[in-house]
Amino acid sequence: MEQFLQQLTNGLAVGGIYALIALGYTMVYGVMKLINFAHGDLFSCGAYLGLTLLTGLALQDRVGPVAGLLVLAVLVVVLVALLGAILERAAYRPLRESPRLSAVVSALGASIFLQNALMLVYGARFQVYPSGVLPEIAVSVLGVQVPLMRILVVLVSLVMMGALYLFVQRTKVGTAIRAAAIDQGAARLMGIDVNRVILLVFLIGPALGGAAGLMVGLYYGQIGYQMGLLYGMKAFTAAILGGIGNIPGAMVGGLLLGVVESLGAAYVSLAWKDAIAFLVLILILIVRPTGLLGERVAEKV
Amino acid sequence: MTAPLLEIEGLAVKYGNVEALHGISLRVDQGEIVTILGANGAGKSTTLRTISGLLQPARGAIRFDGAPVHHLPAHRLVRLGIAQAPEGRRIFGTLTVRENLGLGAFTRGDAAGIAETEEKVFGLFPVLRERSQQLAGTLSGGEQQMLAIGRALMARPRLLLLDEPSLGLAPLLVKTIFQTIREINRTGVTVLLVEQNARAALKLAHRGYVMEVGRIVLEDSAAALLSDPKVQGAYLGGGAR
Repeated sequence: MEQFLQQLTNGLAVGGIYALIALGYTMVYGVMKLINFAHGDLFSCGAYLGLTLLTGLALQDRVGPVAGLLVLAVLVVVLVALLGAILERAAYRPLRESPRLSAVVSALGASIFLQNALMLVYGARFQVYPSGVLPEIAVSVLGVQVPLMRILVVLVSLVMMGALYLFVQRTKVGTAIRAAAIDQGAARLMGIDVNRVILLVFLIGPALGGAAGLMVGLYYGQIGYQMGLLYGMKAFTAAILGGIGNIPGAMVGGLLLGVVESLGAAYVSLAWKDAIAFLVLILILIVRPTGLLGERVAEKV
Repeated sequence: MTAPLLEIEGLAVKYGNVEALHGISLRVDQGEIVTILGANGAGKSTTLRTISGLLQPARGAIRFDGAPVHHLPAHRLVRLGIAQAPEGRRIFGTLTVRENLGLGAFTRGDAAGIAETEEKVFGLFPVLRERSQQLAGTLSGGEQQMLAIGRALMARPRLLLLDEPSLGLAPLLVKTIFQTIREINRTGVTVLLVEQNARAALKLAHRGYVMEVGRIVLEDSAAALLSDPKVQGAYLGGGAR
């Protein structure tokens, strides 16, 4: 029981991170029908920016441990969101009227560019977050000692997902995003500026991805310039698992993937962790080709 | 005489290298119902799509209320008072009826005014009120057409563009929809109606234009067009002999 709860909470933490990244893939796909291959690298940028700002600004010494962490998170989220907007302007907007394949190639190019930029600036070696950012204490959950950082990761990702869900479902701008994802032409006839919707999606997705990058740095302590590759692939898997283009789907898919992977690593085999994740994807796609919550992918592609 | 609400002059539109409209001119006066008739591929929908800004003209001018608008993107035109119920309805199927109507009022910020317009739309199409929490994709074809028109009205337009509202509907429903269009017009909304159902459209409209392969070939009052032998032969299924 002890081990199960440990793995379950760990799975939820990893799953929350997958879900945050997956939201970026799924929102961009929803509106533009494009896989933003550079999204995983924006996530890496979040991790590296977090490290630089954490060590460079010494925020925690200046304003205290909790406020420092908060300011750090806000800075990372804003900066990565801006990077996302620049990416949209530079790599995708000029190709808006071009064939879909051109944009895909541009996305791959942007991914390679960001990866190499990180390598040039920070070097190819792994970098390590300083320890003791948060007091390394454990909290008792149902009689099991769970690290504080893990609880924080789960809570923060759940809060961010909840906020996004409310924004998209309940606000006028959120409804405009959903409308543009269904039919861009009809959305324009409603008076919606689709270019601004796309820009907004490229702010929100990278903001969530950047937050995920920071949390991975803080949670695992070690980051590398290619980390976006595996996390990006897992998150992309999560997005497809939930039904790509579907926002709640990405959340469910991410959490499910994290938990399955974590339990699989513990009870089946650690070495087969990644294989188990992709096996789950294959099994679910055999039963539900459009993903768990997907509905209208088949007709669109 | 006052300037027409909508005035099109020498409008040409290209799809790639293929010219679909070869310089058409037409006008719609304040308060009118004007219909554009023609066979498939005559350029009726292209004309409407260009007016609403979804297509950019290669030549010519579109003036709305005296000001040139052909360079404006679609979303700006809605704010000026042009709303369209597009061909094929294009409702947002996975959103509720209510959300669809809300999107129609996207450009407006006055919550009270929006609620008032929604009441008017529900008055015109009572079935939409019953179905307001339903996903729009689950509506019948006729209900979807009502939603498409209601959604366009939510913008409180001065000019309403209707693209084939009778398409795929049973004759009885077509009658209902056309009666409602007349009611809408009586509230002061000018209507430009593109139709293949020429008889119903001409009975409703004040004036009409007939298009053939990208050109306007006839222009007259609706009554005159109804009794025109050429129109009867080509669009009204033979008629008087």
